[in-house]
Amino acid sequence: MSDLYHVSSSPHVRDKDTTSKIMLYVIIALLPASIFGIINFGLHALLLILVTIASCVASEWIFEKIVHKKSTINDLSAVVTGLLLALNLPPTLPWWEAVIGGVFAIVIVKMLFGGLGQNFMNPALGARCFLLIAFAADMTKFAFDGVTGATPLAQIRAGEDVNVMDMLIGRTAGTIGETSVICILIGAIFLILMGVIDLRIPATYIITFVIFILLFGGHGFDGNYIAAQLCGGGLMLGAFFMATDYVTSPITPTGKIIFGICLGVLTGLFRVCGANAEGVSFAIILSNLLVPIIEKFTVPKAFGQVKEVKKDE
Amino acid sequence: MNKNVERLYNGIIKENPTFVLMLGMCPTLAVTSSAINGLGMGLSTTVVLILSNLLISAFRKVIPNGVRMPAYIVIVASLVTIVQFVMEAYTPSLSASLGVYIPLIVVNCIILGRAESYASKNPIVLSIFDGIGMGLGFTVGLTSIGLVREFLGAGQLFGHQVLSLDWFTPITIFVMAPGAFLVLAFLVAGMNIIRKKMDAKGKPLAAPSGCLTGDCASCGQSAMCTGKKAKTE
Repeated sequence: MSDLYHVSSSPHVRDKDTTSKIMLYVIIALLPASIFGIINFGLHALLLILVTIASCVASEWIFEKIVHKKSTINDLSAVVTGLLLALNLPPTLPWWEAVIGGVFAIVIVKMLFGGLGQNFMNPALGARCFLLIAFAADMTKFAFDGVTGATPLAQIRAGEDVNVMDMLIGRTAGTIGETSVICILIGAIFLILMGVIDLRIPATYIITFVIFILLFGGHGFDGNYIAAQLCGGGLMLGAFFMATDYVTSPITPTGKIIFGICLGVLTGLFRVCGANAEGVSFAIILSNLLVPIIEKFTVPKAFGQVKEVKKDE
Repeated sequence: MNKNVERLYNGIIKENPTFVLMLGMCPTLAVTSSAINGLGMGLSTTVVLILSNLLISAFRKVIPNGVRMPAYIVIVASLVTIVQFVMEAYTPSLSASLGVYIPLIVVNCIILGRAESYASKNPIVLSIFDGIGMGLGFTVGLTSIGLVREFLGAGQLFGHQVLSLDWFTPITIFVMAPGAFLVLAFLVAGMNIIRKKMDAKGKPLAAPSGCLTGDCASCGQSAMCTGKKAKTE
């Protein structure tokens, strides 16, 4: 019997993309930023990246062994989570703290809620915020060229001048993967060209953020300040790689735009009014929590659907 | 089993207010940042609970049904005031660290729950033992949460440094609010594992009734109650 006549339930048209293929694209897209981070910060950065990925993959495998589930480590999502988490860690972090972060990301944020597709917030960012609160001192200690120093964002906050060109290239203090805007953009363009990510979320995110900073940043229309805010911190990494996570971002087109606006406003709010200079990760996980509500109110109209008319009774 | 002992077992294991009934969550999450806080909160609640059960049980035939809640509140509030003054006098530091949660024992749902569901219907001695059991169950719950949080969050047990700070970096999130939720969730999960294992062994722990009134028809939680089936079937 030919497969042609085999009638199964919908969907009948399937995309060739698989989870592992998309994850592989994301890993490839993250490579420039990772390699730059290793060159920039030295071998300890490489160690952190490897340890975090290993910790994520191992905890996913062990958790699934314990609960007698089919192993899903081959879909590479744990590798992406580990890599993203590592790129969000300061290069001087002790390796065992990175291991705890990986376990937290996979076991608590992802697997306990049902695994890939069920997690309510981005595992990598959830773990980063956990580490940020758990090991506040180690997570905010940044060093560049062996010298402990403030991140560009903290410098802007303190009213110091920063070199935007350095920030574009990435020769500044910061987490392993966030410093080089150029490397992140190379990866982002690759993802957009491969059709993995949708431009709606990052674009509305960045535009809203710029408008917010213009209005409330207290510097008016200062090109240098705005460029530094855009290139500093995890904004670019967050906008292109973390806010666009399929599981934790809205699926509807209007929802994506609302999600981006929420992100931009929250990030601006945290950076301008918050206690820390950085606010991208908290903005993203908070907006992740809003996604179910956003999706509920932005269900697109189906073809031929008529708006229900209220009858006068 | 002796009825009094049965009350103790019921309070500490079978219907543990923290891990099974999930009552009194506000102090459970708020004051358990260290074992000593948990112990202090648990014991002061126990004292109030024993005395309130005693008094409410003694007055159960006098209190008119229509105003029983205000009557209970008056009794509990008087007891809490006494406990609060005693603590301020003899354990000022503990009193300071527990803060507003001592006065809040007045509206603790364990105390009102036991008054409503047990002490108002049962004789004095049994009510006292019910209070001891429930109070100790609450103390065990709070102290164990406090122990875990203090150990992970500061490397201490009851205020003594057991993990040297030379090599141990305290995971400070555990002494902060999110840590309370994480630790509680894992301890409840552990309790459920034990429950399942006992079921599999054929020696099931009795299902928690968690009733405040014993009246299934008017109970708002009857949809998720596991105790009612035994009654209706």
